[in-house]
Amino acid sequence: MKAALERFWDHDLAYSLRRSPVTLVALLLTLVCIGGAVFAPWLAPHDPFDLASLDLNDAFSPPAWTGSGAAKYPLGTDDQGRDVLSTIMYGARISLGVGVAAVAFALVLGVSLGLLSGYIGGRVDAFIMRVADIQLSFPAILIALLIDGVARVALPNEQHGNLAVPVLVLAIGVSGWVQYARTVRGSTLVEKSKEYVQAARVVGRSPLAIMLAHVLPNVTGPVLVIGTIHIATAIITEATLSFLGVGVPPTQPSLGTLIRIGNDFLFSGEWWITVFPGAALITLVLSVNLLGDWLRDALNPKLR
Amino acid sequence: MIFLRCCVVALVALAAGTAQAKTFKFADQGDVVSMDPYFFNESFLHNFNGNIYESLTGRGKKLELTPELATDWKQTAPTVWRFNLRKNVKFHDGTPFTADDVLFSLERVRGEGSDVKSHVAEVREIRKIDDHTIDIITRSPFPILAESIGLWRIMSKSWCEKNNSIRPSDVRKGIENHASGNTNGTGPFMLKSRQAGVRTVLVPNPNWWGKAEHNLTEVIFTPIGNDATRVAALISGEIDMMQPVPLQDVLRMQANPNLKVLQGPELRTIFLGMDQKRDELLFSSVKGKNPFKDLRVRKAFYQAIDIEAIKTRIMRGAATPTALMIAPGVNGFAADLNKRLPYDPEAAKKLLAEAGYPAGFEIGFMCPNDRYVNDSEICQAVAAMLARIGIKANLSAESKATYFAKVLRRDTSFYMLGWTPNAYDAHNPLFSLMSAPGEGGQGQFNLGSYSNQKVDELTRAIASETDLRKRQGMIADAMKIHQDEVGHLPLHQQALAWGMKRNIELVQLADNFNYLRWVTVK
Repeated sequence: MKAALERFWDHDLAYSLRRSPVTLVALLLTLVCIGGAVFAPWLAPHDPFDLASLDLNDAFSPPAWTGSGAAKYPLGTDDQGRDVLSTIMYGARISLGVGVAAVAFALVLGVSLGLLSGYIGGRVDAFIMRVADIQLSFPAILIALLIDGVARVALPNEQHGNLAVPVLVLAIGVSGWVQYARTVRGSTLVEKSKEYVQAARVVGRSPLAIMLAHVLPNVTGPVLVIGTIHIATAIITEATLSFLGVGVPPTQPSLGTLIRIGNDFLFSGEWWITVFPGAALITLVLSVNLLGDWLRDALNPKLR
Repeated sequence: MIFLRCCVVALVALAAGTAQAKTFKFADQGDVVSMDPYFFNESFLHNFNGNIYESLTGRGKKLELTPELATDWKQTAPTVWRFNLRKNVKFHDGTPFTADDVLFSLERVRGEGSDVKSHVAEVREIRKIDDHTIDIITRSPFPILAESIGLWRIMSKSWCEKNNSIRPSDVRKGIENHASGNTNGTGPFMLKSRQAGVRTVLVPNPNWWGKAEHNLTEVIFTPIGNDATRVAALISGEIDMMQPVPLQDVLRMQANPNLKVLQGPELRTIFLGMDQKRDELLFSSVKGKNPFKDLRVRKAFYQAIDIEAIKTRIMRGAATPTALMIAPGVNGFAADLNKRLPYDPEAAKKLLAEAGYPAGFEIGFMCPNDRYVNDSEICQAVAAMLARIGIKANLSAESKATYFAKVLRRDTSFYMLGWTPNAYDAHNPLFSLMSAPGEGGQGQFNLGSYSNQKVDELTRAIASETDLRKRQGMIADAMKIHQDEVGHLPLHQQALAWGMKRNIELVQLADNFNYLRWVTVK
């Protein structure tokens, strides 16, 4: 155990992490956000998704430190009397879950297609890239409505309640793979002609092995950066889709939904409904982006 | 130097141009779903398209009955009404308006897919006497005929035939045709361009038969769904008028020296409906039976709703809780019946237990989120209140564009709807909302199929009763039966709140109509 820790401590990554205080803070904040979301049922003061526990008469209660706030609701309550702090924690579960899953899905799909397209070239390349072009003309909203419509017809009524998250993940994922594919294809085209790939080919490695073992590690840098930014976009898209009725129900607001609800009250004085969830989202996205940046630099042999 | 001079000239010309052109830009929380006046029986569609199309009878600035495409009418026999049509009226394409257009419009409004059937349900037929005289024959003596047909817009026969739009587009099946995006009416405004969901531009009709009271040269309508964005657009001056003003922003907008807020009670009643027809609900955990068929369950739902909390918290006081399906101001309203069952979750739980659901059950709950004031917020609050008596309401809130198509197909177990009585008379909600679904538009919007024979009989009798006191008594009887049986769960009448710049003058009708012909920009 100790040996393992020591090995990690001496590893290049750990070394560069130690040298960058900004990244350390970002890592810490990310862990706090993810921890808060994952352990929400144990950490949050209330369960805002348990409708029976809500009291409409507590709605619009301001944060605890202001004059008319209640200690029961540290960051105040929203228009339905939900505790804002708890809703942020519970909402982040949905947002993070959907965001990470959708990005992972888009990333795997996009990177594989991009690699194939760039490495094989020719007709395969042309075909995949034209599909990508077509894909670009379909916004996530349209795809989500399509998937939702098909799923509702295909599945029995009892299953409809469980549809929301898979539909969101599929829709956001399917509409987001193109930028990964394009990026990876471009990088692959560059890498393909380099000596080490030629060498691998001469040695007789299979195309699949070359793609995965040689080309892939050298094209992941930009992909990681896009991925971290994409998580933020995915969270916002999820909020839009939920508003249209294909996403999570309004009784279980995600972080994005909560921000959207709060937006309506921003001008009228009830600022806490949107400011705190907004701050949480910014913190999360910024930290993830900083981590992504650092990871790209740390993994880039040229910058070492 | 020459360039500079050109610029100055251009600027002056531009300034002069804007001084004359009176463009009126307004926004609503949702779009006009179609340009076809029979597509969807919704106030906003009737209102917007009423600037382009006209009816035989209309409404004045105080909602009084006025002549429109008919100049006068009289009852010549118990079931026969003679209407004289306005002469020298031309459609926007230049063709003259005649009795044939009225006959055609009757066929079209009754056609398959029309959502406005119930407005002409009492009309048996129309006989053409000459080009500008018609006789309307009613099924039974129908004293409020002229009041009832005010939203039945008259379309051009030749234009519809030429453009393959003889049949109305259909909101339930999503069928559209040429008339969904193009218009040809007789009204004071003409459609210049339309991008559904984005913007719709109208220009005045220079050949309108009436005397224009507005001073507009162009009208631009944009739907802005987000409350804060809509408010910001008005404050920044991007638009001249918008509605509804989000309740949380009324005070702030009143304090703004450049803006004013026009408020008033609305005739619309917001209520929840329950499927009482199917033997098994589409969306529920209860299998093999329909819990809403049990009066105790409906009562339990009713008593679980804390209407005062909804009024003070969600509506910020801008609502009048109601026990009736009609508002004060609608003919037939009876104040002594307007008493809600008390809010009592304990009693509600007991009722559920008696009905055989001590642990409650799950139910799908559908709501619009851009139609009524704070609609989805109300539904969320109701879902939370139901949770306290053990009912797990799985709420789905969506845009009216998809919502209404679903509930009108009756793909719902528990839903929200708002209703402004056409003709401002209780007969209309009794006929459309509370009668058992049947022929000719009866019960067309009774989406949960509440059904009571006595109510149906009374409704038929009310239609032809001419003795006003007796009629009022029958309305009260029917309302009482519906109320005792908890046919629907009435919630409240919302208050109107329109925000506009100080230089805008317009007329706010109590049915939330804003006719452009009365808008002036100073």
